[in-house]
Amino acid sequence: MKPTDIAAPDYFHKVVDCQWACPAHTPVPEYIRLIAQGRYSDAYMINWKSNVFPGILGRTCDRPCEPACRRGRVEETPVAICRLKRVAADFKDDIRQRLPRPAPKNGKRIALVGGGPASLTVARDLAPLGYHCTVFDADPEAGGMMRTQIPKFRLPNSVIDEETGYILGLGVEFKGGHRIDSMKSLLAEKYDAIFVGSGAPRGRELDIPGRKEAAGNIHIGIEWLANVSFGHVDKIGKRVIVLGGGNTAMDCCRTARRLGGEKVTVIVRSGFEEMKASPWEKEDAIHEDIPILNYMVPVAFKQVAGKLIGVTFQHVKAEYDAKGRRNLVPSGDPDQTIPCDDVLVAVGQENAFPWIEQDCGIEFDKWHMPKVDARTFVSTNPKVFFGGDAAFGPKNIIWAVAHGHDAALSIHKMLSGEDITERPLPDVQVSSQKMGIHEWSYDNDISVDKRYKVPHRDKVVALKDIRAEVELGYDVKLALGEAHRCLNCDVQTVFSTSLCIECDACVDICPMDCITFTDNGEESDLRQRLKAPSLHPDQDLYVSGDLKTGRVMVKDEDVCLHCGLCAERCPTGAWDMQKYLIEMTHAGSTCPTKSRSAA
Amino acid sequence: MTYIAKPKFHHPGLKKNELGYTHRDYEGKISTLCAGCGHDSITASIIEACYELSIEPHRVAKISGIGCSSKTPDYFLGNSHGFNSVHGRMPSVLTGANLANRDLIYLGVSGDGDSASIGFGQFAHSIRRGVNMTYIVENNGVYGLTKGQFSATADRGSKSKKGVTNTDNPIDLVAIALQLGATFVARSFSGDKSQLVPLIAAAIGHKGASFIDVISPCIAFNNHAGSTKSFDYVREHNDAVNRLDVLVGRDPIAVDYAPGTVQVVEQHDGSRIALRKIDADYDPHDRLGAMTFLQKHAAKGQIVTGLLYVDPDAEDMHEHLNTVETPLNSLEADSLCPGSAVLDKFNASLR
Repeated sequence: MKPTDIAAPDYFHKVVDCQWACPAHTPVPEYIRLIAQGRYSDAYMINWKSNVFPGILGRTCDRPCEPACRRGRVEETPVAICRLKRVAADFKDDIRQRLPRPAPKNGKRIALVGGGPASLTVARDLAPLGYHCTVFDADPEAGGMMRTQIPKFRLPNSVIDEETGYILGLGVEFKGGHRIDSMKSLLAEKYDAIFVGSGAPRGRELDIPGRKEAAGNIHIGIEWLANVSFGHVDKIGKRVIVLGGGNTAMDCCRTARRLGGEKVTVIVRSGFEEMKASPWEKEDAIHEDIPILNYMVPVAFKQVAGKLIGVTFQHVKAEYDAKGRRNLVPSGDPDQTIPCDDVLVAVGQENAFPWIEQDCGIEFDKWHMPKVDARTFVSTNPKVFFGGDAAFGPKNIIWAVAHGHDAALSIHKMLSGEDITERPLPDVQVSSQKMGIHEWSYDNDISVDKRYKVPHRDKVVALKDIRAEVELGYDVKLALGEAHRCLNCDVQTVFSTSLCIECDACVDICPMDCITFTDNGEESDLRQRLKAPSLHPDQDLYVSGDLKTGRVMVKDEDVCLHCGLCAERCPTGAWDMQKYLIEMTHAGSTCPTKSRSAA
Repeated sequence: MTYIAKPKFHHPGLKKNELGYTHRDYEGKISTLCAGCGHDSITASIIEACYELSIEPHRVAKISGIGCSSKTPDYFLGNSHGFNSVHGRMPSVLTGANLANRDLIYLGVSGDGDSASIGFGQFAHSIRRGVNMTYIVENNGVYGLTKGQFSATADRGSKSKKGVTNTDNPIDLVAIALQLGATFVARSFSGDKSQLVPLIAAAIGHKGASFIDVISPCIAFNNHAGSTKSFDYVREHNDAVNRLDVLVGRDPIAVDYAPGTVQVVEQHDGSRIALRKIDADYDPHDRLGAMTFLQKHAAKGQIVTGLLYVDPDAEDMHEHLNTVETPLNSLEADSLCPGSAVLDKFNASLR
């Protein structure tokens, strides 16, 4: 293998698994260290800059970071990154003084369609640069699906108000209760750019016999959740069936439990393990006495004179064909009718753009989705950008934020007369963490604690009040314990070939047997000759240049604890622990447009 | 010196030996030696050898004297018996322990000061008696704990860190061990674990006095130009006569050796050593030849390493002395005090 090019920003970025997995690339270990130091406001601001909604995401994020967390490869569970984010939001001081000031207007006007996380992120990035941003939303308040679809017992209004307020306070104009129903007329208003962040607002239908006749007791999940959110709906039947296995289904069933549903059941087509809902959301539902039945396909709504009495299901089993694709085939068991009073249908969401006319210069593909560039988020109309669920279908908040940042950068570059396809590299700072012979500026003593549980409100109390938040969040002590579980993966092991005397001290001390000195070879060959087996080929090998004996140093990044013992035991300083702080390029960051390499 | 304890976590894919232990289970406390010390690599090699042999830690007694090297038993086999004795007195403590309980595996760990100066006599007599032990000298040629004076194994003409030339003749412990009848004699280098680990494993399997001289560079005081015990010097002048693999159990010998290049040595404990010859003329069963070979190469400035001599049919001290097989602590009262009839008979034999 060739010596690893550690100057390429992606190399060490990838080692910080959580940050690499996060769509917005939030510097996770950096803010966790600040939480451990009690610097909650600083931790919050790092998050705010990167993911815009720390308090909201700290409660609701889909957490792509956690399955990626290195800790999960070292012991059973990853660091509770998401809930630590909430700690920063819960314990911060008043941070309003740290927010950007509304800037003098630069005369350029941006229209943002939809007041959800994607649009608000674009506004957050562009308003401080002087753009006049106008956000349109059909609902009276900002927040989009964060406000309408996520139940209040998971995400209180106060948190949404606070964090949307920070953005609107930057001089962003918000036009609530103002539905945009014609792209053509919006284009006619001569905005300099238009961003569409209108989400995936339509719940998928379930067109099976009885649907029309029993319509009064069959509700589309996201619409029903929105109605509950606005107070239009405040009760449901005693026996409720929720169809669907995603997070919306989990929100539906738990909401139903709080509105009078005594016997609420979730029924899914697939197997329990394959459900789209996050594992922790399934756990929370089961904890609230909601059974989840699997491998059952709804075939008919049973009704008597327009009143729903039950749902009939066919039992299926999974079969895999030669290509490993799964098919659900009838298991042969007789169909089963489960009695119920109401059904909530949460079988997916769809995009819908009836308001975009055909002659707007915006092309759609065969799935009726706009043709959007995955890097710049521009549509086929160079002034119209898409982001969030509106761009590539339903995902989650953190993806919408990531899209928003990239779209804002595109808009800023376009309106500055630059090429939007040229994307500046992230800003990388590297600094040695050495403080003394055996002292480091980070806590390298590895905690062996297991993941701390987040305290929950008593179930009886929680189920009585639909607005009572179930999760209470970590207190300071629990947060400190959990923060110590972070392995500081951003403090990188940096190797200098020329200083190494091949004494083997690092090999001997490494608790994870990450380091091997051996003859060079192809990657597949080297992976066979490591001191400990290479379990994850997607984790990089860090390879040095040729050493004096002709061998090379190979480090498998996979399970490195970043404890720094290699550097402590190195007599020549060939190993050093250096913090790599990678900040993604946002609109208006000082980074020059010309690509530059890391230090 | 490191302030944090070595993290408890280990690589999830670590292999376990027959006893279900990983090599991490054979570790001791974290080393307090200087960063990069060759001794730490010897420690790691002992850990690796014991792990590979699936040795039960409670069956090992590790005994040492005084010095940097003699601190190391604290850093391996944390669940074994240990005795950190007086300077240079490891061999007699080990001999005594062995006499009392022949069932344990004895690891004597010493340094060039401990064995070639203050304990030179002790070293000589334990070898001469054929005590069943693995005697490892961690040889760096300097007194590290007192800031780098030449030790008795420093080569004549080598330079100290401050530039002083050594005018005394060196003691070659390997030559002495050969002369005094050690039945397993080897030399190795801390920077070459692929050679050192099987040597230690083979020495543990050998019944009789096994002696391994391990050149172990002192990073702080003896790793400079002009030193003959530095990483660079030893790598440049290392003349390995053979490589070996230790085969535990009855597995057939791997077939990837060219015919005629492997010599198999059966050991008392049932293990076998597969010796791969590097120097075609070198015969590790020829004591006299080994001594001559060693002297010739030393004169040329070469450091001969590998398994230099082995007598697979060696006897140990217990056989010489015809001692009781049962460890003394397991002898019951009736065998310790067989009664007046036996005493009378014994007395009668002396009349």
